[in-house]
Amino acid sequence: MKIHEYQAKELLAQAGVAVPKGRVAISVVEACQAAATLGGYPVVVKAQIHAGGRGKGGGVKLAHSEAEVAVVAGEILGMHLVTLQTGPQGKVVGKVLVEEGLVLHRELYLAILPDRDTASVMIMASSEGGMDIEEVAATRPEKIIKVAVNPLLGIQPYHRRRLAFGLGLAGPAATSFMGLLNNLYAFMVSTDCSLVEINPLVVTTDQQVVALDAKVDVDANSLYRHPEIVAMRDVSEEDPLEVEASSHHLNYINLDGTIGNMVNGAGLAMATMDIIKQAGASPANFLDVGGGASADMVEQGFRLILRDERVRGILINIFGGILRCDVLAEGVVQAARAVDIKVPVVIRMEGTNVEKGRQILADSGLNLITAVDLADAADKIAAIAR
Amino acid sequence: MAIFVDRHTRLVVQGITGREGGFHTAQCREYGTQVVAGVTPGKGGQDADGVPVFNTVSEAVAKTAANTSMIFVPPPFAADAIMEAADAGVALIVCITEGIPVMDMLKVKNFLATQKSRLIGANCPGIISPGQAKVGIMPGAIHRPGGPIGVVSRSGTLTYEVVDQLSKQGIGQTTCLGIGGDPVNGTSFIDCLAAFEADEDTRGVIMVGEIGGSAEEEAAHFIKTQMRKPVVGFIAGRTAPSGRRMGHAGAIINGSSGTAPAKIAALRASGVHVCENLGSLGQFSAHAFKDIL
Repeated sequence: MKIHEYQAKELLAQAGVAVPKGRVAISVVEACQAAATLGGYPVVVKAQIHAGGRGKGGGVKLAHSEAEVAVVAGEILGMHLVTLQTGPQGKVVGKVLVEEGLVLHRELYLAILPDRDTASVMIMASSEGGMDIEEVAATRPEKIIKVAVNPLLGIQPYHRRRLAFGLGLAGPAATSFMGLLNNLYAFMVSTDCSLVEINPLVVTTDQQVVALDAKVDVDANSLYRHPEIVAMRDVSEEDPLEVEASSHHLNYINLDGTIGNMVNGAGLAMATMDIIKQAGASPANFLDVGGGASADMVEQGFRLILRDERVRGILINIFGGILRCDVLAEGVVQAARAVDIKVPVVIRMEGTNVEKGRQILADSGLNLITAVDLADAADKIAAIAR
Repeated sequence: MAIFVDRHTRLVVQGITGREGGFHTAQCREYGTQVVAGVTPGKGGQDADGVPVFNTVSEAVAKTAANTSMIFVPPPFAADAIMEAADAGVALIVCITEGIPVMDMLKVKNFLATQKSRLIGANCPGIISPGQAKVGIMPGAIHRPGGPIGVVSRSGTLTYEVVDQLSKQGIGQTTCLGIGGDPVNGTSFIDCLAAFEADEDTRGVIMVGEIGGSAEEEAAHFIKTQMRKPVVGFIAGRTAPSGRRMGHAGAIINGSSGTAPAKIAALRASGVHVCENLGSLGQFSAHAFKDIL
């Protein structure tokens, strides 16, 4: 789960990680008031959206006076901010973070994340702060220092020294960095972050190390033990259909094609999307109704898919296995009647009592097209797409 | 022969008194698996449909000589359940639970490195050696005993699809298992490929991968350098967008890493027969394996 920069910085400050003084604002008036509390100019006005690359898109601006704050906050609030990560439609900015302007000596990069390959907590740092780290990794991999921490041991002094010296820090700046790193590591582990990225991490002219930006992503599986993070969820940053899906415990992702699809199991759902593409059509969504797939889940799935007006046909692919197909078919028919489906629906199901299930679909009088296997389903979807 | 589970499997079910645990225990017994014990803390001394229930795994092992565990414990308690089973000396731990926090699994994985147990999963359908034992939630009836093909996958229902197509082609299986859709899991593709390579009844392997991480690329290197048996590969997620978690916590493309085309290219370069269309995987396999069937 993603949170905003200002929320991340609140959490970091509580964890003992130095961040610039700042306040969040939702109007020009509030932005000017926030700037006045910071004790001087310049200040930085930063758009708060769940996407990176805000600076290049015009979402981060410097202001040297209250009048300038009013101007730039007025420009940023309400703008459609388009960055590399938002897609071409961009995101509407509803909040800005107003922060003190710091005098920078150096810009570094620091990130901590779980590493699936080494089963460690990986710390990545680079002297090339403020840059796109993927680009640094591709063009100058020697500029990235990686330190793997065993999660059972936690961060050790030698890890901190390797990173500090590796970044070319010395004296008070190195001491400041090592203290920050210690607290950031503790925060990352205790908050179950799937990513903490500080880019840039800056060294000020008075040798203090400060998190100038902060990106925090929390492992969705851990949210049951982090009510404080759940309370930070901003649903206005999410796709409305995906928000609704999550309230029904459905795994739904909205895509830009025209063939809706509903599948039980994530792997089979991905493979079904691939089949739609190979049949010459394009998937309108990813929807995993779970390995079990009850009639109620199927009905909720239908409702979600049909809310997307681009959908011209639906493919249902349920590998029931233990689940009885006659029960499932009754559920599909019931759902189809309840929802009033106007587009053709191709159903492929497999499992116990599959013949009985197909009979129920055929007898329903609804516009339900049965497919005997996946290849057949692909052909029938292709025909609809044409 | 088979890998990891067979006629000698003696199963303890952790979370046997829950709804899922109870249902799937019955299914496994019906398939012929020897279910010797259940564990639910606080319900020791009861019996679940004729299976004795214990408070702890170590007690279950001491009284019943269980050598394999199947875990249905909810996510907040699942990591603890895995470590308890390992500490009790259970040789094979199959964790079905979906939704365990990554940080918990990192700790489990580092702990297991000091233990003798093998973990399959978490977030997996389990493992079946057709005709011998089923330790998981897969439908037993779609499998065909007698080999000679081993199946390893990161998914659940996608594996059933693959197995079903194989059986309909008249191709049997030695062992089929899902290693789980989480980013950090116990048993890797390579562990399974190595076991299939060593198993005398397995003559070919089907590996079903998906987007995210680099497990398929590492497996490709292993196949090229360490395997003689033919391998058919399939990768799900060619149409998945970057940066989105496709159901499985591990199925996510980060920037340019973890994409389907990169995995398919790595497998092809290692001599794997890559099937691009799931609808024809059964026929494709029959053709690719024609010399060994």
